[in-house]
Amino acid sequence: MSSGNTQLAIRVRDVSKRYGRRWALARLSVDIPQGSAVLLTGENGAGKTTLLRILGTAMRPTYGTIDLFGAPVGDDLERVRPRLSLMTHASYLYEDLSAHENLRMVQRLTASADRAAREAALERVGLTPHAHRPVRTYSAGMKRRLCLARMILRQPDLILLDEPFGQLDPRGVTLMEDVIREQHRAGRTLIIATHDVDRGLALCDLHLELSAGRQMRAPQPIAA
Amino acid sequence: MRRVLDFGLPAMAFGLLIIGGVVGLAIAPPERDMGDVYRIIYVHVPAALGALIAYTTTLVASLVYLFKSSWAADAIAESSAEVGVVLNGMLLITGSIWGRPTWGVWWTWDPRLTTAAIMFFAFVGYLALRRFVDAPEKRATWASVVAIIVYVDIPIVWFSVRWWNSLHQLQSSPNTIPDPMMKLALRLNAFALLFFFLWFTRQRYRIARTRQRVELMEPPALAPAMGGTP
Amino acid sequence: MNNAAENTAASMSVARTPSTTTERERPRLGLLRATFGIIAKDFLLEWRGRARINATIFFAVLTLLLFSFAVGPHHAILEQNAPGYLWLAIMLASVMSLGESQRVEAENAALEGLRLLALDPRAIYLGKSIVNMLFLMALALVLVPVSIALYGTTIRAGMGPLFSPLLLGTAAISAPGTLYAAIAVQARARDVLLPLLLFPILIPGLLAAVKATSLVLTGDPMGELVSWTMLLGAFNVVYWILCGLLFGRVIEE
Repeated sequence: MSSGNTQLAIRVRDVSKRYGRRWALARLSVDIPQGSAVLLTGENGAGKTTLLRILGTAMRPTYGTIDLFGAPVGDDLERVRPRLSLMTHASYLYEDLSAHENLRMVQRLTASADRAAREAALERVGLTPHAHRPVRTYSAGMKRRLCLARMILRQPDLILLDEPFGQLDPRGVTLMEDVIREQHRAGRTLIIATHDVDRGLALCDLHLELSAGRQMRAPQPIAA
Repeated sequence: MRRVLDFGLPAMAFGLLIIGGVVGLAIAPPERDMGDVYRIIYVHVPAALGALIAYTTTLVASLVYLFKSSWAADAIAESSAEVGVVLNGMLLITGSIWGRPTWGVWWTWDPRLTTAAIMFFAFVGYLALRRFVDAPEKRATWASVVAIIVYVDIPIVWFSVRWWNSLHQLQSSPNTIPDPMMKLALRLNAFALLFFFLWFTRQRYRIARTRQRVELMEPPALAPAMGGTP
Repeated sequence: MNNAAENTAASMSVARTPSTTTERERPRLGLLRATFGIIAKDFLLEWRGRARINATIFFAVLTLLLFSFAVGPHHAILEQNAPGYLWLAIMLASVMSLGESQRVEAENAALEGLRLLALDPRAIYLGKSIVNMLFLMALALVLVPVSIALYGTTIRAGMGPLFSPLLLGTAAISAPGTLYAAIAVQARARDVLLPLLLFPILIPGLLAAVKATSLVLTGDPMGELVSWTMLLGAFNVVYWILCGLLFGRVIEE
């Protein structure tokens, strides 16, 4: 392979994940070049969420190996985790805290104290008027926006999005698309799992289809 | 090898039990103070030894699982704990039976018996945890953690109960064994119970391994029609 | 596979500039600061959820009342056993507070969020168990005057010496309790599993705490308090260290 490992954001080899007796992922192997935006599709239960969670190091595979940013992911999770952002159905939010407090906690736990950045992120996702109310009072779409703000704050190199357009109103969808394009232009790697295929095709340059835990074929380039 | 164990373990167990039973019940003389009641010691003490060996096995197997992720170790930990709980139960029941004619009560707060009672509940908790967790990896990891925490508690429990009880009247379990025939009976029965422990644990281990084989299947091989793997 | 990757690399129309953030410094938080961060967060959460805290305290007070009814209005017996009732009430209430502390993390998979911030699991453990301990301390400080009222206990040596057994006892509950609560919250039958796992191993702590409390309240003619305090101390040292080391394995996926 002429391109060296450093150009690969992700390298997945024989990754398998079992839940009870069911294999959610079965011997999945794929390479994702750095800076690409990958559309991940597949029917329900095809393994999209599982794959994203494994790539986000939220979960370890039952078998198989993953290389992130050119090096295998072993026990040195502190190396890769600061560079990842995973947005799934679980919001990781504390319902009794406000948006400000949730973000401030994230900043404090990642050795940052940048109040201006926090306020800018909230402004970007349109949550400034609600920022001081507890998250419990937010709608599902607002919680999604807060997760987006958190992702913007962390400035990750690898962004993993699981159904990012669900639960968002049309303006929220536009916001998400804008942020995705921004991040892509900045050279970050994105993997977006969505059923909204048309939108995905417009945003991404690679298409990876999963079925029953395996890839249908290698990631296909999307015609511009 | 398998056949030797399959036949040999129960043969040794029953053999030693019969000989030990004869020596213990018929040949060894009655105790000076307690008469024939003391003979329950021939079950009580071996059960205690067996339970301790069983729990220690669970601890070691749990450590092995945590460091080596060995499924065989997890199966050993599970089987050994189950047999250990049974032996622990026998220990408590025989202790209670001994106490009744001797002290007139069904339960004494003897430090050893009390520690055994606490350990019984602690390891029943361990088994309950295994029942209530479905994912095999989590079950094995959490069970190993709990086994370590429980085992470390044993000496602490022992000391605290001893101190606690020393302030009250000490009613102790059967203790002194002067006569050589008694010693022999005790040793025979101890080894008999040890072989029972090994035999039962081994059988239970096989069941655990079979279950693991069902739960931990290899991922299905890729069919040639699906491309993608280099 | 090689060809496919080369094709995709070749077909990308825009040259990708390497992200400047890959080389950027990402500072990592030390254990102490991370622990303080968790403590601050948990304090804030407890404060916001204070209705629940109040309910737990009322439950504990109710338990003390129930003991009085169960035993009967025999002042001598009640006074003599008061430390026992006190610590039983604390233990029963601890099951609720420990469980709640973990439920908050399970609600939106917040604990996973903390892990993904590359936070040292030991910091998570220390932070949560310290906050759990402080909550139980606060509970104990409320229950002491209540037991004085209900059971007629007198504090011969003053409130000061009482502090030590209360602190060590609540710390002893919190150390293994925080770890077990993290397990129980993810297992089935979580409400029964936590007390079933926790109570047997806490018995030495319970013994020592009750004895130490009793000696502080009624006087210590034979100087036994030191031994019981040391036992509690040893229990705490062993379990804070052991559970701190094992917590990472418990919460990983």
